[in-house]
Amino acid sequence: MNPSYQKLDAAEGLSLKVRLRRAERKRKIKAAGLVAPLFFFLLTTFIIPILMLLYRAIDNPEIMAVMPRTAQAIQKWDGAALPDEPVFAALADDLRQARKDRTVGMAGKRLNYDITGFRTLVLNTARKVSRMKTEPASYREKIIGMDKRWGELLYWSAVKRAAAPFTDFYILSALDLKRDSGGHIVRVPAERALYLKVLFRTLWMSLIVTLCCLILGYPVAWLLATLPVRISNLLMILVLLPFWTSLLVRTASWIIVLQKEGIINEILTRLNLTSAPLQLVFNRFGVYVAMTHILLPFMILPLYSVMKNISPSYMRAAVSLGANPVVAFWKVYVPQSLPGISAGCLLVYILAIGYYITPALIGGPKDQMLSYFIAFFTNNTINWGMASGLAVLLLGATILLYTVFNRFIGIDRLRMG
Amino acid sequence: MALNVYASPLEKIWYYLIRVFCVLVLIGLVLPIMVIIPISFTSDTMLTYPMPGVSLRWFKEFFSSVMWTLSMKNSFIIAGATTALATALGTLSAIGLTMANFPFKGIITGIMIMPMVVPIVITAVGIYFFFAWTGLAGTHLGMILAHTALATPFVVITVTATLQGFNRNQIRAGASLGASPGRVFFKVTLPQILPGVISGALFAFVTSFDEVVVALFIAGSEQYTLPRQMFAGIREKYNPTIAAVAAMMIVVSVALLVSVELLRRRNERLRGITQ
Repeated sequence: MNPSYQKLDAAEGLSLKVRLRRAERKRKIKAAGLVAPLFFFLLTTFIIPILMLLYRAIDNPEIMAVMPRTAQAIQKWDGAALPDEPVFAALADDLRQARKDRTVGMAGKRLNYDITGFRTLVLNTARKVSRMKTEPASYREKIIGMDKRWGELLYWSAVKRAAAPFTDFYILSALDLKRDSGGHIVRVPAERALYLKVLFRTLWMSLIVTLCCLILGYPVAWLLATLPVRISNLLMILVLLPFWTSLLVRTASWIIVLQKEGIINEILTRLNLTSAPLQLVFNRFGVYVAMTHILLPFMILPLYSVMKNISPSYMRAAVSLGANPVVAFWKVYVPQSLPGISAGCLLVYILAIGYYITPALIGGPKDQMLSYFIAFFTNNTINWGMASGLAVLLLGATILLYTVFNRFIGIDRLRMG
Repeated sequence: MALNVYASPLEKIWYYLIRVFCVLVLIGLVLPIMVIIPISFTSDTMLTYPMPGVSLRWFKEFFSSVMWTLSMKNSFIIAGATTALATALGTLSAIGLTMANFPFKGIITGIMIMPMVVPIVITAVGIYFFFAWTGLAGTHLGMILAHTALATPFVVITVTATLQGFNRNQIRAGASLGASPGRVFFKVTLPQILPGVISGALFAFVTSFDEVVVALFIAGSEQYTLPRQMFAGIREKYNPTIAAVAAMMIVVSVALLVSVELLRRRNERLRGITQ
């Protein structure tokens, strides 16, 4: 080794390799430091709230809070025969106390999710138990005497399930499943099954909207990609305008266009095509039209960015080799545009399954998607467990699609404008 | 792609058919938005064409209503603060993400894009529970923080795209000439990535300005924004004041869109992507 070089090393006390590694590490720390503020911001305003929401889907606090003695006593119950006297006594104590604290309604509401009619049963029993003047010889007989349903295993197993710290009730309900008195997972009766239908409706409506976007968007993207830049840039503004206008503005516009006295109906009646105005809004048709309009730019932009890089020479080569232009287009051009098709379709589909405002304002009751029910359970019936259970379902579907998107297309390929 | 002189009649038909189809789709994209502008000048109380007369009565109605002017003020306050916060946070992290590889970078990048992907209702309900618990629900600050979370992905994406065309050796050059990191940032880096930063800022503004679902959950009537007020209006009584608001919001959108397009083209020119 060169003696002077060695001396320099000795002077610094470190080899060049170590120093380079240190510099690199410093750069990494600096980079991480720049990312940290946003990371922690999103952690507190986005990630933690969503995790807390998901936790509510398995959280089961009501019975443990309102009926602590029953909750504890029933843990030892094996579910084979009716619970023993201590459990009934604990129930009487808890209901008496809960009625005094005015929390009995909360417990009733929670138990009613599992078995309809449980709320009235709990409220009535609580009232009767509070009125008892003397200590009965057997709480078990006394309470069963108040209502025969306390003598059924079905009700007690519901109490036991509701008294555990965690529950799979909401997630099972979101899939139209429940546990029977033996703890086995079974389908809910057909008249109470709702959410699988909503899930399939959400997936189906999103599929239709995605296909409409593809059919309408593909030719437009192709034209934009083949026109001279000066013209295509101008036309691109027309594509981007809906992207930049408020969802509310667009939804409001569609109501004006599609309503009974709206422009479409006006034109149709003037042309004598229809005798009476058609119902175009507040139904499925209106939702499809408005959602396709709103999501079309998200289809055109990825298609356009892929098509811009497809050289026209391939098509010319195919035609010059004797291919029919239609065959050449199908065999040569379309396969090259596949990355754009998959990116556009996945993006539109991911966005479509989460839609809320457009179906809520333009659709009828039968056109509502999963998001609507999440909002409904949060605001109207205050059944937060159910809202969270459905959120798990919707988020699961979205994350699955997002992972596919990221794996095959890459989120960094996403461009806006 | 012009039509060849030797094209067969069938090809000619296709050529025009596709163009007609595309023109119809483009009209379909823009016209439904534009119909609301003329109708906002109606003198009638109905939202139907043909209009009986032209007047500014619904704009007067808008500006004389405390409810609407308050929501306009709220919209600008919340969108303005969101823009400032999201742009600062997003730009810093875009610089960090392009600077070096560090552990879990992939996951962290994924998290930063998440607010754009997660269905808005889930975000809104999650934030609603969390903010109700922390006392931020029904405050302007709560709205600003929630909108910032939704807006940052757009800033991160646009600034990252701009940084890909930025030569990092200039930072080293600046540092070797004795400038402090802050000075290098403001004198060398920022001027060059400014178009991307401004685009990101405009995206952040429009995200907040147009947002309604989070507002639906966490805004009290004191924090109602224009879209939130429009939502209530469409549900309760749909009158031409809403069309007037929509017309003004379209003007804002067009202004923002044109600015972003001009910036994007300037950026592409500077990066030498000319076609």
